[in-house]
Amino acid sequence: MDFALTEEQLMLQESIGGYLRSACPLDSVRESSESGDTHTPKIASGLVELGAAGILIPDQFGGVGMGLLEAALISEALGAVVAPVAFVASSVMAPIALLGAGSDQQKEAWLPQVANGEIVIGVGVSEHIGRRETNGIVADKGALSGKAMFVLDSMVADALIVADTSGRLYLVRTDDVTRNKLKTVDRTRSVAEIILDETPAEILPGSLNNQNHLNNMINAGRVMLAADTLGAATAMLEQAIEYAKERRQFNRVIGSFQAVKHMCSEMAADLEPCRSLVWYAAHSISAIPNEATLMACHAKAHLAEIGQLVARKATEVHGGMGFTDLLGLHYWFKRIGFNRQLLGAPEIVREEAAVAQGWT
Amino acid sequence: MDLAYSQEYEKYRAEVREFLDANRDQSPPQFGRGNGESKARDWQKLLIENGYAARTIPKEYGGFGGEPDILKSHIIAEEFANAGVRPGHSGDNRLVPTVLELGTEEQKQWLVPPTVRGDMVWCQGYSEPGSGSDLASLSTKAVVDGDDFVINGQKIWTSGAQHADMIFCLVRTEPDAPKHQGISYLIFSMDTPGIEVRPLVTMTGEATFNEVFFTDVRVPKHQIIGNRGEGWFVANNTLKHEREGLGDPNQAENRFREIVDLMQRETIDGNRLIDNPAYRDRLLSLQGRMLAMKFNGMRVLTSQIKEEEPGLPRWIIKLQGCELNHQMAAMAIDSMGELGILYDDGPYLRDQGRWQQRYMLDLGLIIGGGTAQIQKNMIGERALGLPKEPKFEKPLN
Repeated sequence: MDFALTEEQLMLQESIGGYLRSACPLDSVRESSESGDTHTPKIASGLVELGAAGILIPDQFGGVGMGLLEAALISEALGAVVAPVAFVASSVMAPIALLGAGSDQQKEAWLPQVANGEIVIGVGVSEHIGRRETNGIVADKGALSGKAMFVLDSMVADALIVADTSGRLYLVRTDDVTRNKLKTVDRTRSVAEIILDETPAEILPGSLNNQNHLNNMINAGRVMLAADTLGAATAMLEQAIEYAKERRQFNRVIGSFQAVKHMCSEMAADLEPCRSLVWYAAHSISAIPNEATLMACHAKAHLAEIGQLVARKATEVHGGMGFTDLLGLHYWFKRIGFNRQLLGAPEIVREEAAVAQGWT
Repeated sequence: MDLAYSQEYEKYRAEVREFLDANRDQSPPQFGRGNGESKARDWQKLLIENGYAARTIPKEYGGFGGEPDILKSHIIAEEFANAGVRPGHSGDNRLVPTVLELGTEEQKQWLVPPTVRGDMVWCQGYSEPGSGSDLASLSTKAVVDGDDFVINGQKIWTSGAQHADMIFCLVRTEPDAPKHQGISYLIFSMDTPGIEVRPLVTMTGEATFNEVFFTDVRVPKHQIIGNRGEGWFVANNTLKHEREGLGDPNQAENRFREIVDLMQRETIDGNRLIDNPAYRDRLLSLQGRMLAMKFNGMRVLTSQIKEEEPGLPRWIIKLQGCELNHQMAAMAIDSMGELGILYDDGPYLRDQGRWQQRYMLDLGLIIGGGTAQIQKNMIGERALGLPKEPKFEKPLN
């Protein structure tokens, strides 16, 4: 019984975290987000060198072949610095789909390029989680038609993996589709609407009669977003604590006032157990598959709730400055807000958790 | 991350299960008061012999004498809880570790064996009417007269004082010393002349704790743990052991299962509560919180096995665990709706009324053992490093 990170995982956490803290200060986040760059080349290439882009991709396809818990630690580190870089779709969801349902030829063709950073693959599955503004994608004679919304990492992608209405997975090239960028509150990430009109597509053959691959991909994506929120909320809390130790009013630092101190303690008390929940959920995807859906749903929903609380209270601790652009806290606030809605808002995923336990 | 137990521990778990299967008929009822009745005493004896109670207390003081092994203790607690069998006790999880750590050899011989057997039941005399969260300001005083301390003053919130044989009690022995350095930790019989116990009826309608009055109570000078003026240090040792018991995540998980069961039975307009989306969503929210606390508990356990300081994950358990239990009781009562206001007895009362009891008792636990606000001060100051509130040496008006 050992519910802790291994030495190797701690080292990974330290190397990725250390790299990101120096490569991705707030100024560069600001710069990227103002120029609309959601896959900053400098950060992306550094992550490739550290193995993060191919974290789940086995050695034979040029990756480092680690598990979902390692991927979650990377996602957490990205959230901590609100890194403007593609990861959740391209390095986690797409490799899971390709490894699970792709043909040997597809794996050979795509995985090495994801691992070495040559390409980015976006993912469009939100029609299976709560369809809005579209009737989904229909396949006919090897071509896809219809519309996918909120396709993650898509504006910087070379290819996309999308699900049709029956849950089958397909690869399409972004050159063959119409992409309309959707401006969102979080400018560190890209989502788009993708319009397909008899677009040539390659099916991932393993998904032909098996929706598990779609589910696995969604579970992993949810845990990654939860981990990203964990990192972002932890960073907000740290900034709030630091501010509360420095800012003086009435001849005292404001952190000595119980009203402020208790807000910090509440954030810490709510957030700390989230870390264990994210670890467990990530671990369950590889090690305890019968619990994976339930735990991924709970991690996604619970982090969305606690993330929202922390984002709000940490901003409040900073007083008026927290509300300004000057401090830049809003980048974390918005990232947490983005993570909350994508791949299922809390009410939606909790209902899926109920279904997973046979309570409906 | 490896959630499997090694073969040694799987084997141990199997032994515990086997023991429970063979002996559960001999266990006293799960709920109920007093350790004194003979069935409970025999059960405790059997558990000690098998290493399932007082496991790490040395043999010469009436325990099993096992090596400390957090995982084994965890397995015992888990298996007894899952089997619904009343676990054993270590005598008194506040006093016994304190005496073993800080008492004299004579005190250990005198106090530990009967306490472990269940023949000597304790209460804790700490809080006073004027000293709650600011416990170190306590004013019950003890002055030396010949070979005795003579105690005058009052304690409050003294759980179980009406059934207790003995009390461990904080008193001010050095009135001129700074407040933390003027306190001593005395132990004495509740039969000592001059002690009056008045039960304090709580919002549940029952008296779980008491007011205890001392008038010229004479206690021999050697009945002290640690030296004069060191009582605050000794008491913090006790509180450390007490706090660890509050907000236990295993208990939260068992309660959660009870709520699911309740919501699968209970109907409104003929439909099960669990089929109502609004109630179900609230249930799922609680499950998410419960799971986060469960895994947080596994993380703390892992740190303890490795003899590492768990830090923040442990600091938050009392605050979060007690709040979660209270919220679960609230959910259960809301699931019952009007049936949830029934009390005491009656034909429509559900689950013997225990949710109504818990809803109130859990609020007591949020306040007791260090209020939620004190917990937040401790988390803020000790775990997050925020500065303390300035203190005023003279009263402010």
